[in-house]
Amino acid sequence: MNAGKLMRRKISDLAFKVFCVTVTFLALMALAAILWSLLSQGLGGLNLDVFTKSTPAPGSPGGLANAIVGSLMMCVLAMVMALTIGVLAGTWLAEYGGRSAYGAVVRFLNDVLLSAPSILVGLFVYELLVAPFHGFSGFAGAVALALLAVPVITRTTEDVLLLQASTLREAGVALGAPLSYVIQQVLWRSARAGLLTGSLLAFARISGETAPLLFTALNNQFFSLDLRHPTANLPVVIFNYALSAYDDWRRLAWAGALLIAATVLLVTVVARIVAKEQRHS
Amino acid sequence: MNTVNPVEASETSIAKIDPDQVKVDVRGLNFFYGKTQALKTVSVAIARNQVTALIGPSGCGKSTLLRTLNRMYALYPGQRAEGEILLDGENVLGAGVDLAKLRARVGMVFQKPTPFPMSIYDNVAFGVRLYENLSKPDMDARVEEALTRAALWGEVKDNLKGPGLGLSGGQQQRLCVARGVAVRPEVLLLDEPTSALDPISSAKLEETVTQLKADHTIIIVTHNLGQAARVSDYTGFMYLGTLVEFGKTDEVFTHPATRKTSDYITGRFG
Repeated sequence: MNAGKLMRRKISDLAFKVFCVTVTFLALMALAAILWSLLSQGLGGLNLDVFTKSTPAPGSPGGLANAIVGSLMMCVLAMVMALTIGVLAGTWLAEYGGRSAYGAVVRFLNDVLLSAPSILVGLFVYELLVAPFHGFSGFAGAVALALLAVPVITRTTEDVLLLQASTLREAGVALGAPLSYVIQQVLWRSARAGLLTGSLLAFARISGETAPLLFTALNNQFFSLDLRHPTANLPVVIFNYALSAYDDWRRLAWAGALLIAATVLLVTVVARIVAKEQRHS
Repeated sequence: MNTVNPVEASETSIAKIDPDQVKVDVRGLNFFYGKTQALKTVSVAIARNQVTALIGPSGCGKSTLLRTLNRMYALYPGQRAEGEILLDGENVLGAGVDLAKLRARVGMVFQKPTPFPMSIYDNVAFGVRLYENLSKPDMDARVEEALTRAALWGEVKDNLKGPGLGLSGGQQQRLCVARGVAVRPEVLLLDEPTSALDPISSAKLEETVTQLKADHTIIIVTHNLGQAARVSDYTGFMYLGTLVEFGKTDEVFTHPATRKTSDYITGRFG
Protein backbone atom coordinates (compact mmCIF):
# COMPACT_ATOMS: atom_id res chain seq x y z
CA MET A 1 0.00 0.00 0.00
CA ASN A 2 1.38 3.36 -1.05
CA ALA A 3 1.21 5.68 1.99
CA GLY A 4 1.25 8.89 -0.05
CA LYS A 5 -1.61 7.72 -2.21
CA LEU A 6 -3.64 6.73 0.82
CA MET A 7 -3.06 10.19 2.35
CA ARG A 8 -4.14 11.93 -0.85
CA ARG A 9 -7.29 9.79 -0.94
CA LYS A 10 -8.08 10.71 2.67
CA ILE A 11 -7.58 14.42 2.00
CA SER A 12 -9.79 14.41 -1.08
CA ASP A 13 -12.39 12.46 0.88
CA LEU A 14 -12.35 15.08 3.63
CA ALA A 15 -12.40 17.97 1.13
CA PHE A 16 -15.47 16.51 -0.56
CA LYS A 17 -17.25 16.13 2.76
CA VAL A 18 -16.43 19.69 3.79
CA PHE A 19 -17.64 20.98 0.43
CA CYS A 20 -20.95 19.12 0.74
CA VAL A 21 -21.56 20.35 4.27
CA THR A 22 -20.70 23.95 3.32
CA VAL A 23 -23.02 24.00 0.33
CA THR A 24 -25.83 22.47 2.35
CA PHE A 25 -25.25 25.09 5.02
CA LEU A 26 -25.42 27.90 2.44
CA ALA A 27 -28.69 26.56 1.06
CA LEU A 28 -30.16 26.29 4.54
CA MET A 29 -28.95 29.80 5.36
CA ALA A 30 -30.86 31.18 2.39
CA LEU A 31 -33.98 29.35 3.54
CA ALA A 32 -33.50 30.58 7.10
CA ALA A 33 -33.04 34.16 5.87
CA ILE A 34 -36.29 33.95 3.89
CA LEU A 35 -38.20 32.54 6.85
CA TRP A 36 -36.66 35.11 9.17
CA SER A 37 -37.64 38.10 7.05
CA LEU A 38 -41.11 36.60 6.58
CA LEU A 39 -41.60 36.14 10.29
CA SER A 40 -40.05 39.40 11.43
CA GLN A 41 -41.89 41.53 8.89
CA GLY A 42 -45.08 39.49 8.63
CA LEU A 43 -45.87 38.76 12.26
CA GLY A 44 -46.13 42.50 13.01
CA GLY A 45 -48.81 42.90 10.37
CA LEU A 46 -50.90 39.95 11.52
CA ASN A 47 -53.97 40.87 13.53
CA LEU A 48 -57.68 40.10 13.53
CA ASP A 49 -58.33 42.81 10.92
CA VAL A 50 -56.28 40.82 8.40
CA PHE A 51 -58.93 38.09 8.47
CA THR A 52 -62.07 40.22 8.85
CA LYS A 53 -61.54 43.34 6.75
CA SER A 54 -61.03 43.76 3.04
CA THR A 55 -58.10 45.43 1.33
CA PRO A 56 -58.07 49.13 2.25
CA ALA A 57 -57.30 52.39 0.51
CA PRO A 58 -53.87 53.63 1.54
CA GLY A 59 -53.96 55.08 5.02
CA SER A 60 -57.23 53.50 6.13
CA PRO A 61 -57.49 50.37 8.26
CA GLY A 62 -58.06 47.11 6.45
CA GLY A 63 -57.13 43.46 5.99
CA LEU A 64 -56.92 40.66 3.50
CA ALA A 65 -60.30 38.95 4.02
CA ASN A 66 -61.35 39.40 0.38
CA ALA A 67 -58.03 38.04 -0.90
CA ILE A 68 -57.99 35.08 1.49
CA VAL A 69 -61.53 34.05 0.58
CA GLY A 70 -60.89 34.62 -3.14
CA SER A 71 -57.73 32.54 -3.06
CA LEU A 72 -59.48 29.74 -1.16
CA MET A 73 -62.41 29.67 -3.57
CA MET A 74 -60.20 29.58 -6.64
CA CYS A 75 -57.83 26.97 -5.21
CA VAL A 76 -60.65 24.70 -4.11
CA LEU A 77 -62.45 24.99 -7.45
CA ALA A 78 -59.15 24.43 -9.26
CA MET A 79 -58.45 21.31 -7.18
CA VAL A 80 -61.92 19.89 -7.89
CA MET A 81 -61.31 20.29 -11.63
CA ALA A 82 -57.72 19.10 -11.48
CA LEU A 83 -58.51 16.03 -9.36
CA THR A 84 -61.27 14.94 -11.70
CA ILE A 85 -59.08 15.22 -14.77
CA GLY A 86 -55.76 14.26 -13.17
CA VAL A 87 -56.92 11.14 -11.33
CA LEU A 88 -58.78 9.84 -14.38
CA ALA A 89 -55.89 10.61 -16.75
CA GLY A 90 -53.37 9.01 -14.38
CA THR A 91 -55.61 5.97 -14.00
CA TRP A 92 -55.88 5.64 -17.76
CA LEU A 93 -52.10 5.82 -18.10
CA ALA A 94 -51.51 3.24 -15.37
CA GLU A 95 -54.29 0.77 -16.08
CA TYR A 96 -55.38 1.07 -19.68
CA GLY A 97 -53.45 2.95 -22.34
CA GLY A 98 -50.09 3.52 -20.71
CA ARG A 99 -48.23 1.02 -22.87
CA SER A 100 -49.62 2.22 -26.21
CA ALA A 101 -47.93 4.82 -28.40
CA TYR A 102 -50.73 7.24 -27.61
CA GLY A 103 -50.10 6.62 -23.91
CA ALA A 104 -46.42 7.46 -24.35
CA VAL A 105 -47.34 10.73 -26.10
CA VAL A 106 -49.81 11.66 -23.36
CA ARG A 107 -47.21 10.93 -20.67
CA PHE A 108 -44.57 13.00 -22.47
CA LEU A 109 -46.89 15.98 -22.97
CA ASN A 110 -47.94 15.75 -19.35
CA ASP A 111 -44.30 15.96 -18.31
CA VAL A 112 -43.86 19.01 -20.54
CA LEU A 113 -46.89 20.62 -18.93
CA LEU A 114 -45.45 19.74 -15.52
CA SER A 115 -42.53 22.08 -16.11
CA ALA A 116 -44.29 24.70 -18.26
CA PRO A 117 -43.78 28.27 -16.99
CA SER A 118 -46.91 29.31 -15.14
CA ILE A 119 -47.00 32.66 -16.94
CA LEU A 120 -47.62 30.78 -20.19
CA VAL A 121 -50.55 29.00 -18.62
CA GLY A 122 -51.88 32.39 -17.52
CA LEU A 123 -51.56 33.82 -21.04
CA PHE A 124 -53.22 30.73 -22.51
CA VAL A 125 -56.24 31.03 -20.23
CA TYR A 126 -56.33 34.77 -20.90
CA GLU A 127 -56.72 34.08 -24.61
CA LEU A 128 -59.21 31.30 -23.95
CA LEU A 129 -61.48 32.65 -21.20
CA VAL A 130 -60.70 36.34 -20.57
CA ALA A 131 -60.22 38.06 -23.93
CA PRO A 132 -63.27 36.51 -25.67
CA PHE A 133 -65.60 37.50 -22.80
CA HIS A 134 -64.03 40.94 -22.27
CA GLY A 135 -63.56 40.41 -18.57
CA PHE A 136 -61.29 38.97 -15.93
CA SER A 137 -62.94 36.40 -13.68
CA GLY A 138 -62.33 34.13 -10.75
CA PHE A 139 -63.38 31.18 -12.94
CA ALA A 140 -60.59 31.93 -15.39
CA GLY A 141 -58.20 32.09 -12.42
CA ALA A 142 -59.39 28.70 -11.18
CA VAL A 143 -58.97 27.18 -14.64
CA ALA A 144 -55.40 28.52 -14.86
CA LEU A 145 -54.57 27.07 -11.44
CA ALA A 146 -56.21 23.77 -12.38
CA LEU A 147 -54.03 23.56 -15.49
CA LEU A 148 -50.99 23.80 -13.23
CA ALA A 149 -52.27 21.14 -10.85
CA VAL A 150 -53.45 18.61 -13.45
CA PRO A 151 -49.99 17.38 -14.54
CA VAL A 152 -48.85 16.98 -10.93
CA ILE A 153 -51.91 14.90 -10.05
CA THR A 154 -51.80 12.87 -13.27
CA ARG A 155 -48.20 11.98 -12.64
CA THR A 156 -48.72 11.06 -8.98
CA THR A 157 -51.81 9.01 -9.76
CA GLU A 158 -50.01 6.97 -12.39
CA ASP A 159 -47.02 6.44 -10.12
CA VAL A 160 -48.97 5.31 -7.06
CA LEU A 161 -51.23 3.02 -9.09
CA LEU A 162 -48.24 1.33 -10.68
CA LEU A 163 -46.85 0.80 -7.17
CA GLN A 164 -49.87 -1.32 -6.24
CA ALA A 165 -49.13 -5.02 -6.53
CA SER A 166 -50.37 -6.54 -9.77
CA THR A 167 -51.69 -9.44 -7.69
CA LEU A 168 -54.17 -7.05 -6.06
CA ARG A 169 -55.52 -6.17 -9.50
CA GLU A 170 -55.63 -9.85 -10.48
CA ALA A 171 -57.30 -10.83 -7.20
CA GLY A 172 -60.14 -8.41 -7.87
CA VAL A 173 -60.54 -9.51 -11.47
CA ALA A 174 -60.39 -13.18 -10.39
CA LEU A 175 -63.58 -12.68 -8.39
CA GLY A 176 -65.43 -11.80 -11.57
CA ALA A 177 -65.25 -8.03 -11.14
CA PRO A 178 -64.78 -5.83 -14.22
CA LEU A 179 -61.45 -3.98 -14.19
CA SER A 180 -63.18 -0.60 -13.80
CA TYR A 181 -64.84 -1.85 -10.61
CA VAL A 182 -61.57 -3.21 -9.27
CA ILE A 183 -59.88 0.13 -9.95
CA GLN A 184 -62.54 2.12 -8.11
CA GLN A 185 -63.15 -0.23 -5.21
CA VAL A 186 -59.72 -1.72 -4.61
CA LEU A 187 -56.87 0.11 -6.34
CA TRP A 188 -57.92 3.70 -5.61
CA ARG A 189 -58.64 2.71 -2.03
CA SER A 190 -55.31 0.99 -1.69
CA ALA A 191 -53.53 4.01 -3.21
CA ARG A 192 -55.53 6.64 -1.36
CA ALA A 193 -52.70 7.89 0.87
CA GLY A 194 -50.47 8.40 -2.17
CA LEU A 195 -53.29 10.14 -4.04
CA LEU A 196 -53.93 12.40 -1.05
CA THR A 197 -50.24 13.26 -0.75
CA GLY A 198 -50.08 14.16 -4.44
CA SER A 199 -53.17 16.33 -4.18
CA LEU A 200 -51.84 18.18 -1.16
CA LEU A 201 -48.55 18.87 -2.93
CA ALA A 202 -50.44 20.10 -6.00
CA PHE A 203 -52.49 22.34 -3.72
CA ALA A 204 -49.31 23.69 -2.15
CA ARG A 205 -47.92 24.34 -5.61
CA ILE A 206 -50.87 26.42 -6.86
CA SER A 207 -51.58 28.32 -3.66
CA GLY A 208 -48.70 30.72 -4.22
CA GLU A 209 -48.91 31.12 -8.00
CA THR A 210 -49.09 34.78 -9.05
CA ALA A 211 -48.39 34.94 -12.77
CA PRO A 212 -51.39 32.92 -13.98
CA LEU A 213 -53.74 34.95 -11.79
CA LEU A 214 -52.47 38.33 -13.04
CA PHE A 215 -53.90 37.50 -16.46
CA THR A 216 -57.08 35.83 -15.31
CA ALA A 217 -58.57 36.65 -11.90
CA LEU A 218 -56.78 40.00 -11.73
CA ASN A 219 -57.86 41.54 -8.43
CA ASN A 220 -60.83 43.02 -6.63
CA GLN A 221 -60.70 45.65 -3.96
CA PHE A 222 -63.95 44.51 -2.41
CA PHE A 223 -65.21 41.36 -0.76
CA SER A 224 -67.01 39.18 -3.30
CA LEU A 225 -68.08 35.56 -3.59
CA ASP A 226 -68.94 35.92 -7.28
CA LEU A 227 -66.35 34.14 -9.38
CA ARG A 228 -67.81 35.57 -12.61
CA HIS A 229 -66.01 38.83 -11.89
CA PRO A 230 -62.44 39.81 -11.08
CA THR A 231 -61.57 38.10 -7.81
CA ALA A 232 -59.17 39.18 -5.11
CA ASN A 233 -56.42 36.72 -4.23
CA LEU A 234 -53.39 36.70 -1.98
CA PRO A 235 -50.57 36.40 -4.53
CA VAL A 236 -51.69 39.35 -6.67
CA VAL A 237 -52.45 41.50 -3.61
CA ILE A 238 -48.97 40.74 -2.31
CA PHE A 239 -47.52 41.60 -5.70
CA ASN A 240 -49.33 44.95 -5.85
CA TYR A 241 -48.94 45.94 -2.22
CA ALA A 242 -45.31 44.96 -1.88
CA LEU A 243 -44.38 47.26 -4.75
CA SER A 244 -46.46 50.17 -3.43
CA ALA A 245 -45.17 53.26 -1.67
CA TYR A 246 -47.42 52.89 1.38
CA ASP A 247 -46.12 51.37 4.59
CA ASP A 248 -49.47 49.93 5.67
CA TRP A 249 -49.87 48.22 2.29
CA ARG A 250 -46.39 46.77 2.51
CA ARG A 251 -47.17 45.46 6.00
CA LEU A 252 -50.25 43.72 4.63
CA ALA A 253 -48.18 42.23 1.80
CA TRP A 254 -45.79 40.70 4.33
CA ALA A 255 -48.67 39.36 6.39
CA GLY A 256 -50.16 37.78 3.26
CA ALA A 257 -46.81 36.25 2.30
CA LEU A 258 -46.52 34.77 5.78
CA LEU A 259 -50.03 33.31 5.48
CA ILE A 260 -49.21 31.59 2.18
CA ALA A 261 -45.90 30.25 3.48
CA ALA A 262 -47.55 28.94 6.64
CA THR A 263 -50.29 27.26 4.59
CA VAL A 264 -47.78 25.60 2.25
CA LEU A 265 -45.72 24.46 5.23
CA LEU A 266 -48.77 23.01 6.97
CA VAL A 267 -49.98 21.22 3.84
CA THR A 268 -46.53 19.77 3.17
CA VAL A 269 -46.20 18.52 6.74
CA VAL A 270 -49.64 16.88 6.55
CA ALA A 271 -48.66 15.28 3.22
CA ARG A 272 -45.52 13.85 4.83
CA ILE A 273 -47.42 12.43 7.78
CA VAL A 274 -49.98 10.84 5.45
CA ALA A 275 -47.21 9.33 3.31
CA LYS A 276 -45.51 7.92 6.38
CA GLU A 277 -48.71 6.33 7.65
CA GLN A 278 -49.20 4.68 4.27
CA ARG A 279 -45.78 3.08 4.55
CA HIS A 280 -46.56 1.77 8.03
CA SER A 281 -49.96 0.26 7.27
CA MET B 1 -30.60 -28.63 -14.87
CA ASN B 2 -27.54 -29.16 -17.01
CA THR B 3 -29.17 -31.58 -19.38
CA VAL B 4 -32.30 -30.06 -20.76
CA ASN B 5 -33.97 -32.63 -22.93
CA PRO B 6 -37.18 -31.65 -24.66
CA VAL B 7 -39.87 -34.10 -23.77
CA GLU B 8 -40.88 -36.54 -26.51
CA ALA B 9 -44.52 -37.52 -26.77
CA SER B 10 -43.55 -41.13 -26.25
CA GLU B 11 -42.16 -40.23 -22.85
CA THR B 12 -45.46 -39.03 -21.47
CA SER B 13 -48.14 -40.89 -19.60
CA ILE B 14 -51.55 -39.26 -19.27
CA ALA B 15 -54.27 -41.19 -17.46
CA LYS B 16 -57.83 -40.90 -18.79
CA ILE B 17 -60.73 -39.94 -16.57
CA ASP B 18 -64.26 -41.32 -16.79
CA PRO B 19 -66.04 -38.82 -19.12
CA ASP B 20 -68.93 -38.46 -16.67
CA GLN B 21 -66.52 -37.23 -14.03
CA VAL B 22 -64.82 -34.58 -16.16
CA LYS B 23 -65.30 -30.96 -15.03
CA VAL B 24 -62.57 -29.27 -17.04
CA ASP B 25 -61.26 -30.74 -20.26
CA VAL B 26 -58.07 -29.18 -21.64
CA ARG B 27 -57.45 -30.15 -25.28
CA GLY B 28 -54.31 -29.39 -27.22
CA LEU B 29 -53.52 -26.21 -25.31
CA ASN B 30 -50.63 -24.04 -26.49
CA PHE B 31 -49.72 -20.85 -24.68
CA PHE B 32 -47.48 -17.96 -25.71
CA TYR B 33 -45.92 -15.05 -23.86
CA GLY B 34 -45.27 -12.97 -26.94
CA LYS B 35 -43.08 -15.28 -29.01
CA THR B 36 -42.09 -17.59 -26.17
CA GLN B 37 -44.12 -20.76 -26.03
CA ALA B 38 -44.86 -21.71 -22.42
CA LEU B 39 -47.29 -24.59 -22.93
CA LYS B 40 -46.93 -27.25 -25.62
CA THR B 41 -50.08 -29.13 -26.63
CA VAL B 42 -51.22 -29.85 -23.12
CA SER B 43 -54.23 -32.17 -22.92
CA VAL B 44 -55.69 -33.24 -19.62
CA ALA B 45 -59.07 -33.89 -18.05
CA ILE B 46 -59.75 -32.63 -14.52
CA ALA B 47 -62.18 -34.59 -12.36
CA ARG B 48 -65.21 -33.02 -10.70
CA ASN B 49 -65.07 -32.50 -6.90
CA GLN B 50 -61.54 -33.80 -6.69
CA VAL B 51 -58.28 -32.08 -5.86
CA THR B 52 -55.80 -32.05 -8.72
CA ALA B 53 -52.22 -31.01 -7.98
CA LEU B 54 -49.82 -29.63 -10.58
CA ILE B 55 -46.17 -30.13 -9.75
CA GLY B 56 -42.90 -29.50 -11.57
CA PRO B 57 -39.79 -27.33 -11.45
CA SER B 58 -39.99 -23.52 -11.68
CA GLY B 59 -40.87 -22.28 -15.13
CA CYS B 60 -42.41 -25.59 -16.25
CA GLY B 61 -45.74 -23.92 -17.06
CA LYS B 62 -47.92 -25.09 -14.17
CA SER B 63 -48.93 -21.58 -13.11
CA THR B 64 -49.40 -20.66 -16.76
CA LEU B 65 -51.78 -23.60 -17.19
CA LEU B 66 -53.70 -22.44 -14.12
CA ARG B 67 -53.95 -18.88 -15.45
CA THR B 68 -55.47 -20.06 -18.74
CA LEU B 69 -58.36 -21.76 -16.94
CA ASN B 70 -59.88 -18.44 -15.81
CA ARG B 71 -58.25 -16.50 -18.64
CA MET B 72 -56.32 -14.34 -16.18
CA TYR B 73 -53.72 -13.90 -18.91
CA ALA B 74 -56.24 -11.82 -20.88
CA LEU B 75 -55.30 -8.84 -18.65
CA TYR B 76 -51.98 -8.69 -20.46
CA PRO B 77 -51.63 -7.88 -24.13
CA GLY B 78 -49.21 -10.19 -25.92
CA GLN B 79 -50.23 -13.32 -24.02
CA ARG B 80 -52.41 -15.77 -25.92
CA ALA B 81 -53.72 -19.31 -25.75
CA GLU B 82 -54.56 -21.72 -28.55
CA GLY B 83 -56.60 -24.91 -28.25
CA GLU B 84 -59.67 -25.70 -26.21
CA ILE B 85 -60.55 -25.68 -22.54
CA LEU B 86 -64.01 -27.10 -21.97
CA LEU B 87 -65.75 -26.19 -18.73
CA ASP B 88 -68.77 -28.50 -18.56
CA GLY B 89 -68.46 -28.80 -22.32
CA GLU B 90 -68.24 -25.05 -23.05
CA ASN B 91 -65.03 -23.69 -24.53
CA VAL B 92 -63.74 -20.96 -22.19
CA LEU B 93 -61.21 -19.84 -24.79
CA GLY B 94 -64.05 -18.98 -27.22
CA ALA B 95 -64.42 -15.44 -28.50
CA GLY B 96 -67.84 -14.68 -27.03
CA VAL B 97 -67.07 -15.74 -23.47
CA ASP B 98 -67.98 -13.22 -20.75
CA LEU B 99 -64.73 -13.09 -18.78
CA ALA B 100 -66.29 -11.70 -15.61
CA LYS B 101 -68.84 -14.52 -15.52
CA LEU B 102 -66.18 -17.10 -16.28
CA ARG B 103 -64.09 -15.84 -13.36
CA ALA B 104 -67.09 -15.95 -11.07
CA ARG B 105 -67.38 -19.67 -11.97
CA VAL B 106 -63.63 -20.31 -11.78
CA GLY B 107 -62.18 -18.68 -8.65
CA MET B 108 -58.52 -18.18 -7.86
CA VAL B 109 -56.28 -17.78 -4.82
CA PHE B 110 -52.78 -16.41 -5.30
CA GLN B 111 -49.33 -17.13 -3.98
CA LYS B 112 -49.20 -14.05 -1.77
CA PRO B 113 -52.21 -13.11 0.33
CA THR B 114 -54.07 -10.23 -1.35
CA PRO B 115 -56.65 -8.87 1.09
CA PHE B 116 -58.37 -5.74 -0.19
CA PRO B 117 -57.95 -2.55 1.86
CA MET B 118 -61.34 -2.90 3.52
CA SER B 119 -62.94 -4.76 6.43
CA ILE B 120 -62.87 -8.55 6.75
CA TYR B 121 -66.62 -8.60 6.12
CA ASP B 122 -66.37 -6.44 3.00
CA ASN B 123 -63.52 -8.56 1.67
CA VAL B 124 -65.70 -11.65 1.77
CA ALA B 125 -68.79 -9.83 0.49
CA PHE B 126 -66.88 -8.14 -2.35
CA GLY B 127 -67.47 -10.78 -5.01
CA VAL B 128 -70.94 -11.73 -3.79
CA ARG B 129 -72.19 -8.14 -4.18
CA LEU B 130 -71.22 -8.22 -7.84
CA TYR B 131 -73.65 -10.96 -8.77
CA GLU B 132 -76.26 -11.28 -6.04
CA ASN B 133 -78.55 -8.85 -4.24
CA LEU B 134 -78.63 -10.41 -0.82
CA SER B 135 -80.50 -8.94 2.14
CA LYS B 136 -78.37 -8.04 5.15
CA PRO B 137 -79.18 -11.27 7.07
CA ASP B 138 -78.56 -13.39 3.96
CA MET B 139 -75.24 -11.65 3.34
CA ASP B 140 -74.27 -12.12 6.99
CA ALA B 141 -75.03 -15.81 6.64
CA ARG B 142 -73.03 -16.07 3.41
CA VAL B 143 -70.02 -14.35 4.97
CA GLU B 144 -70.17 -16.65 7.99
CA GLU B 145 -70.49 -19.71 5.76
CA ALA B 146 -67.51 -18.69 3.64
CA LEU B 147 -65.32 -17.88 6.63
CA THR B 148 -66.31 -21.16 8.26
CA ARG B 149 -65.37 -23.11 5.14
CA ALA B 150 -62.02 -21.35 5.07
CA ALA B 151 -61.51 -22.30 8.75
CA LEU B 152 -61.24 -18.66 9.77
CA TRP B 153 -64.64 -17.92 11.34
CA GLY B 154 -63.61 -18.75 14.89
CA GLU B 155 -60.65 -16.38 14.74
CA VAL B 156 -62.41 -13.36 13.25
CA LYS B 157 -66.08 -13.61 14.20
CA ASP B 158 -65.75 -10.84 16.80
CA ASN B 159 -63.74 -8.60 14.51
CA LEU B 160 -65.60 -8.63 11.18
CA LYS B 161 -65.38 -4.83 10.93
CA GLY B 162 -61.61 -4.93 11.43
CA PRO B 163 -59.30 -4.41 8.46
CA GLY B 164 -58.40 -7.46 6.37
CA LEU B 165 -54.83 -6.20 6.25
CA GLY B 166 -54.65 -6.39 10.05
CA LEU B 167 -54.69 -10.21 10.01
CA SER B 168 -51.60 -12.42 10.09
CA GLY B 169 -50.25 -13.83 6.82
CA GLY B 170 -51.89 -17.22 7.29
CA GLN B 171 -55.20 -15.64 8.25
CA GLN B 172 -54.99 -13.28 5.28
CA GLN B 173 -54.58 -16.24 2.94
CA ARG B 174 -57.55 -18.05 4.46
CA LEU B 175 -59.49 -14.77 4.11
CA CYS B 176 -58.65 -14.87 0.39
CA VAL B 177 -59.93 -18.46 0.24
CA ALA B 178 -63.13 -17.36 2.01
CA ARG B 179 -63.50 -14.47 -0.45
CA GLY B 180 -63.09 -16.93 -3.29
CA VAL B 181 -65.56 -19.55 -2.03
CA ALA B 182 -68.13 -16.91 -1.03
CA VAL B 183 -69.13 -16.45 -4.68
CA ARG B 184 -69.61 -20.25 -4.87
CA PRO B 185 -67.35 -20.94 -7.82
CA GLU B 186 -67.52 -24.37 -9.43
CA VAL B 187 -63.76 -24.55 -9.81
CA LEU B 188 -61.17 -23.11 -7.42
CA LEU B 189 -57.62 -22.50 -8.65
CA LEU B 190 -54.91 -22.30 -5.98
CA ASP B 191 -51.57 -20.94 -7.16
CA GLU B 192 -48.95 -22.01 -4.59
CA PRO B 193 -51.27 -20.87 -1.81
CA THR B 194 -48.99 -21.84 1.07
CA SER B 195 -45.60 -20.77 -0.24
CA ALA B 196 -45.69 -17.55 1.79
CA LEU B 197 -47.04 -19.22 4.94
CA ASP B 198 -45.52 -20.80 8.04
CA PRO B 199 -45.96 -24.58 8.56
CA ILE B 200 -48.88 -24.30 10.97
CA SER B 201 -50.83 -21.95 8.69
CA SER B 202 -49.98 -24.23 5.75
CA ALA B 203 -51.39 -27.24 7.57
CA LYS B 204 -54.60 -25.35 8.30
CA LEU B 205 -54.93 -24.34 4.68
CA GLU B 206 -54.38 -27.91 3.50
CA GLU B 207 -57.14 -29.06 5.82
CA THR B 208 -59.38 -26.38 4.31
CA VAL B 209 -58.62 -27.58 0.80
CA THR B 210 -59.56 -31.16 1.67
CA GLN B 211 -62.90 -30.00 3.06
CA LEU B 212 -63.66 -27.72 0.13
CA LYS B 213 -63.62 -30.45 -2.48
CA ALA B 214 -67.10 -31.55 -1.45
CA ASP B 215 -68.45 -28.47 -3.23
CA HIS B 216 -65.68 -27.38 -5.58
CA THR B 217 -63.35 -28.82 -8.15
CA ILE B 218 -59.90 -27.80 -6.98
CA ILE B 219 -56.68 -27.40 -8.91
CA ILE B 220 -53.61 -26.55 -6.86
CA VAL B 221 -50.15 -25.61 -8.09
CA THR B 222 -47.48 -26.43 -5.55
CA HIS B 223 -43.73 -26.71 -5.17
CA ASN B 224 -44.22 -28.79 -2.08
CA LEU B 225 -44.35 -32.47 -3.09
CA GLY B 226 -45.50 -33.52 0.35
CA GLN B 227 -48.39 -31.14 0.07
CA ALA B 228 -49.37 -32.54 -3.33
CA ALA B 229 -49.26 -36.06 -1.90
CA ARG B 230 -51.33 -35.07 1.15
CA VAL B 231 -54.13 -33.03 -0.39
CA SER B 232 -54.61 -34.21 -3.95
CA ASP B 233 -56.49 -37.07 -5.61
CA TYR B 234 -54.81 -36.55 -8.99
CA THR B 235 -51.37 -35.22 -9.79
CA GLY B 236 -49.96 -33.81 -12.99
CA PHE B 237 -46.19 -33.45 -13.44
CA MET B 238 -45.11 -30.74 -15.86
CA TYR B 239 -41.71 -30.13 -17.40
CA LEU B 240 -40.64 -27.51 -19.96
CA GLY B 241 -44.20 -26.65 -20.92
CA THR B 242 -45.30 -30.24 -21.39
CA LEU B 243 -47.55 -32.33 -19.20
CA VAL B 244 -45.31 -35.36 -18.71
CA GLU B 245 -47.41 -37.48 -16.42
CA PHE B 246 -50.93 -37.35 -15.08
CA GLY B 247 -52.69 -39.89 -12.92
CA LYS B 248 -53.98 -40.80 -9.51
CA THR B 249 -51.74 -39.21 -6.88
CA ASP B 250 -50.97 -42.56 -5.19
CA GLU B 251 -49.76 -44.04 -8.45
CA VAL B 252 -47.77 -41.03 -9.59
CA PHE B 253 -45.91 -40.90 -6.29
CA THR B 254 -45.41 -44.61 -5.72
CA HIS B 255 -45.11 -45.96 -9.27
CA PRO B 256 -44.28 -43.09 -11.58
CA ALA B 257 -44.71 -44.17 -15.19
CA THR B 258 -41.97 -41.99 -16.66
CA ARG B 259 -38.29 -41.56 -15.90
CA LYS B 260 -38.65 -37.75 -15.64
CA THR B 261 -41.37 -37.96 -13.00
CA SER B 262 -39.42 -40.48 -11.02
CA ASP B 263 -36.29 -38.28 -11.15
CA TYR B 264 -38.25 -35.24 -10.01
CA ILE B 265 -40.10 -36.80 -7.10
CA THR B 266 -37.00 -38.52 -5.81
CA GLY B 267 -35.24 -35.16 -5.79
CA ARG B 268 -32.75 -35.85 -8.55
CA PHE B 269 -33.54 -32.49 -10.17
CA GLY B 270 -35.86 -29.57 -9.71
